[in-house]
Amino acid sequence: MSKHRRKNREEKTLTRLLEFCRPYIGQIIAALIFAIIYVGLNLVAPILVGYAIDYAVGVGKVDFVSVGLLLLGVGVSAVCSGVFQWLMNMCTNTVVYFTVRDIRRLIYKKWSTVPLSVIDRTPHGDLISRMINDADSVGDGLMQGITQLFSGIVMIICTLVFMMYISVTIAIAVVIITPLSMFVAAFITKISRKQFMKQSEVQGEISSYIDEYIGQQKLVKSFGYEERSMRSFEEINERLRICGQKSQWYSSLANPSTRFVNTLVTSAVTILGSLSVIGGTMTVGSIATFITYANQYTKPFNEVTGVIPQIQAAMAGARRIFEFLDSENMSEDPENSEENRNLSGNIDIDHVNFSYVPTKKLITDFNLHVGSGQRIAIVGPTGCGKTTLINLLMRFYDINSGSIKIDGKSIYQMSRHDLRSNYGMVLQESWLYNASIRDNIAYGRPDADIEDVIAAAKKAHIHNFIQRLPDGYDTIVTEDGTNLSQGQRQLICIARVMLCDPPMLILDEATSSIDTRTELRVQKAFAEMMKGRTSFIVAHRLSTIKEADVILVMKDGNIIEQGDHNSLMKAGGFYSNLYNSQFAVAQEG
Amino acid sequence: MFRLRRFLKDYIVYLIIGPLCKLTEAVLELFIPLVTADIIDNGVLKEDASYVMSHGTLMVLMGALGLAFALVCQKSASITSQGFGTKLRNAMFSHINTLSHAELDKIGTPSLITRMTSDINQLQLAVAMLIRLVIRAPFLVIGALVMACTIDFKMSLIFFIASPLIALVLYIVMNRSVPYFKDMQKKLDKVSLLSRENLSGNRVIRAFNKQGSDEEIFERSNSELAETSVRVGRISALLSPVTYIISQAAIIAIVWFGAVNVNIGSLQTGEIIALVNYMTQILLAMIVVSNLVVIFTKAFASASRVNEVFDTKPSVTQKTTDIIETVPGAPAVEFRGVSFGYGEGGDALSDISFTAEKGKTIGIIGGTGSGKTTLINLIPRFYDTRKGEVLVNGVNVKEYSFRQLRERMGIVPQKAVLQSGTIRSNLAWGDPDADDEKIENALKISQSYEFVSKLADGIESEVAAGGGNFSGGQRQRLTIARALVKQPDILILDDSASALDMATDAALRRELAAMKDMTVFIISQRVSAVRNSDVILVLENTALVGKGTHEELLETCELYREICRSQGV
Repeated sequence: MSKHRRKNREEKTLTRLLEFCRPYIGQIIAALIFAIIYVGLNLVAPILVGYAIDYAVGVGKVDFVSVGLLLLGVGVSAVCSGVFQWLMNMCTNTVVYFTVRDIRRLIYKKWSTVPLSVIDRTPHGDLISRMINDADSVGDGLMQGITQLFSGIVMIICTLVFMMYISVTIAIAVVIITPLSMFVAAFITKISRKQFMKQSEVQGEISSYIDEYIGQQKLVKSFGYEERSMRSFEEINERLRICGQKSQWYSSLANPSTRFVNTLVTSAVTILGSLSVIGGTMTVGSIATFITYANQYTKPFNEVTGVIPQIQAAMAGARRIFEFLDSENMSEDPENSEENRNLSGNIDIDHVNFSYVPTKKLITDFNLHVGSGQRIAIVGPTGCGKTTLINLLMRFYDINSGSIKIDGKSIYQMSRHDLRSNYGMVLQESWLYNASIRDNIAYGRPDADIEDVIAAAKKAHIHNFIQRLPDGYDTIVTEDGTNLSQGQRQLICIARVMLCDPPMLILDEATSSIDTRTELRVQKAFAEMMKGRTSFIVAHRLSTIKEADVILVMKDGNIIEQGDHNSLMKAGGFYSNLYNSQFAVAQEG
Repeated sequence: MFRLRRFLKDYIVYLIIGPLCKLTEAVLELFIPLVTADIIDNGVLKEDASYVMSHGTLMVLMGALGLAFALVCQKSASITSQGFGTKLRNAMFSHINTLSHAELDKIGTPSLITRMTSDINQLQLAVAMLIRLVIRAPFLVIGALVMACTIDFKMSLIFFIASPLIALVLYIVMNRSVPYFKDMQKKLDKVSLLSRENLSGNRVIRAFNKQGSDEEIFERSNSELAETSVRVGRISALLSPVTYIISQAAIIAIVWFGAVNVNIGSLQTGEIIALVNYMTQILLAMIVVSNLVVIFTKAFASASRVNEVFDTKPSVTQKTTDIIETVPGAPAVEFRGVSFGYGEGGDALSDISFTAEKGKTIGIIGGTGSGKTTLINLIPRFYDTRKGEVLVNGVNVKEYSFRQLRERMGIVPQKAVLQSGTIRSNLAWGDPDADDEKIENALKISQSYEFVSKLADGIESEVAAGGGNFSGGQRQRLTIARALVKQPDILILDDSASALDMATDAALRRELAAMKDMTVFIISQRVSAVRNSDVILVLENTALVGKGTHEELLETCELYREICRSQGV
């Protein structure tokens, strides 16, 4: 049962892989035709050479005209064969590299359609390994598969035709023998398949490890962790070596083993044939023919088994890729609709329950009603669910039960695109991409002209700084953004939102890395922008909190207090404790 | 590429045995037709059934022997190539560990990942092929050449023209395609970079509804990669057709001149057949070689990328690995006229001088980009100064071994990142032998004890890569605990309490202030976080503009007063 299923899956992987090649069916057919011509010409040339030699029989008896004509034929066939082989290679190249490109494109697309939780939970190194290494081995496998299998199969068919032409009985006998080597190859493939899958997995693991540790070199150094990280790396690397060695070893058994089977066949044929000749049931000549053809016929099989390792690695890679491509997508979105944009921002959250892991309850029976244009500050001890609330508002994660409505309409009845276009978000971890500062600011509105970008930068108080850079707005943000300080990165993120000018704002500890003088200016700009817009601010600064219309005090996934600064202070609850402790320390000296 | 041969050193035995076995197998394979001929000539024609049986058995034995040799070769190849790759990866990882941040920034993490996976895989394949095929092919070529010479020296001239011609084609193709292969790997790096970026910014991308446009950027790089691959394929695709045509031309020459010689009686027909067969043998060997050339060309490109990493020398190196004497009673940290800049850029710090006595708390405050992080990066010597010197315990940091210098320092970076593992394994960074008490103590000081003990698995709780399953504030506190487990003499907090709520932050600072032996550096934007420090350093545009206690600075430093005003202090 399970065996059957696995075989099924194997076939499915292959058919899906071929499915990817379908757009290039033209090239594949062309490659096949070119292969037939080139192999055919390849087989013809030796025959012509043979005939030519037959005309050079002895002193003074050479027929130079015939020899010349035949050699001319050899020349023409050689050139044609060369040309067609080249054409075949070109076609397979195109098919292979474009197929790999298509696969990579699909993986990339998939990254934006899976639920965010998949990206949050899977090590990024592993996802990248599927994109880079696994796709590469699929390419290598396809290349070997198409070139070797194609010419191999064509070679088999051609020799079969030649053999049939000479003797049908011998041909049938040879055809019956060859499956033996195929059987051996299949057996070995089965053994090594597991190892290849494992190798591919460990490869993903090692990529993740490198990603994690090389990316954190400063930390590694300051903790003198070099040796220890080296040890763990060596441990993973050793596992990679073991399964790599095993998969390579097992799969490389196929070729010598099939060749041995061929030798056995030849020996058996020779012995049995010779004995039959002695017994008088066969002629000497037929043994020779038999052996020659058996050899010629089995050769392509050997060539095919020679590329089995690459093909297996490709299948393992393809399985990992398809496994990811098959992971569940986010739920379907309703149609985009203009009327869901530029909402006024009345938010009703009723009886919402949510948890990241089913066993660990996080938010239970959460209720909140926010009027349009209100400014909501969320405060509370770390881990109280502030970031989670934002995840739910923007539908990065879906709630388990309850309802969230904007302007009376459930956010699950509008598309994610529409919903999110209503929000401007600045996260604590400022994410910029490898492009110019200008492109980064214009991220949400790529059509914005430079004046708009500068205006936004001015509003975020980063314009002066950008101008001082040698390349100004064209300065490229490096991968880790090391040419900008954390604060500067965050200001750019703020400018990015300023440019979009959305009806609702979400600021997640957005100003924590900006010095207070700059922050003051940014706050002013924000205050300007927040007018008439519903805003959620996760903040720790008193100045931010004091100005809020509503302060939500959250603890363990629930709102425990709600009100403005003065009323909460009067109430003398959790908030006033929090507030007082800040000043207590400040005054303690 | 040959520079990498040092990683093959331990496999020298396999490197010799492997190809030798392959050769033996080839020779045995060549003998089998002779045995067949023998059986027919001596067995069948003389009707000797026992001769047929014994030589038939001999044939099977030779086949089995050939199989055994082939297996030894394959085993050697798998052991050597995988061992080589493993050693290379280890060496590279360890080399990367010695590099300073400046060099790592230049190469970039995604590129390092492709170099350590894709490029090394390529080299591994090349080593396997080296053992399996490289010796055999030239052996067959040389064997064929020698045989040709013994048959007819004049005719063998054709061989001596054709073979170098084929070699030349191999060389040209290889030479032309190496730059393309390098280019290809570079484009692969770009794809990898974009992948990483997309994954790390996935949330923001979704927030801005940008899924579509990012795909375009990726698609451009992805297509460029495919197009470069096709372009390089166009060159390597020429290889076997051209060698085939050359060898066929040689065969035509052999038959023609052979025919001429036969006509005048200086050559026999059978000898032409032999020469043609040898030429075919050379062609077959050359086809193998041309496949190898593609593999080795790629390997060459990969080798140079790998070597590029090995050639990158750390800009900061230690003078000694010995423990050196420190000056008793000297300040914990002292800056004397320090200036510093990144790469060729302008000064990021100019002429900074200050002293931090043992056990004191030093607050550092200043605007975004004023050089605060840069300043503390010089204490553990992540970078070297341009001018002036940094002293720890009275000794210039350049005199220390890295281990001695950094052993007694706890650094909490701005960006709170945890490694995948458990809370315990993360805290063990500071001290691998830390017992529960020590860990609990560190958790308590860093204000993380409460939330950690609430977790179902306590300190054994799982931590995802980067620490994504903890909130920003929890992560920050755990990174502080991690530094505290080390029980450092010098603790550096680089704005590492920014995500903490006020009460937690205050409690944390109270605990730290109680640790009298520890010199603490606190970088912060908040006056409240630094106002109680023994010395506060005020930075503005790379320069030190104020130095003193809170009260002194209120008197003397205009900028400090301004900062205080802005925070309502």
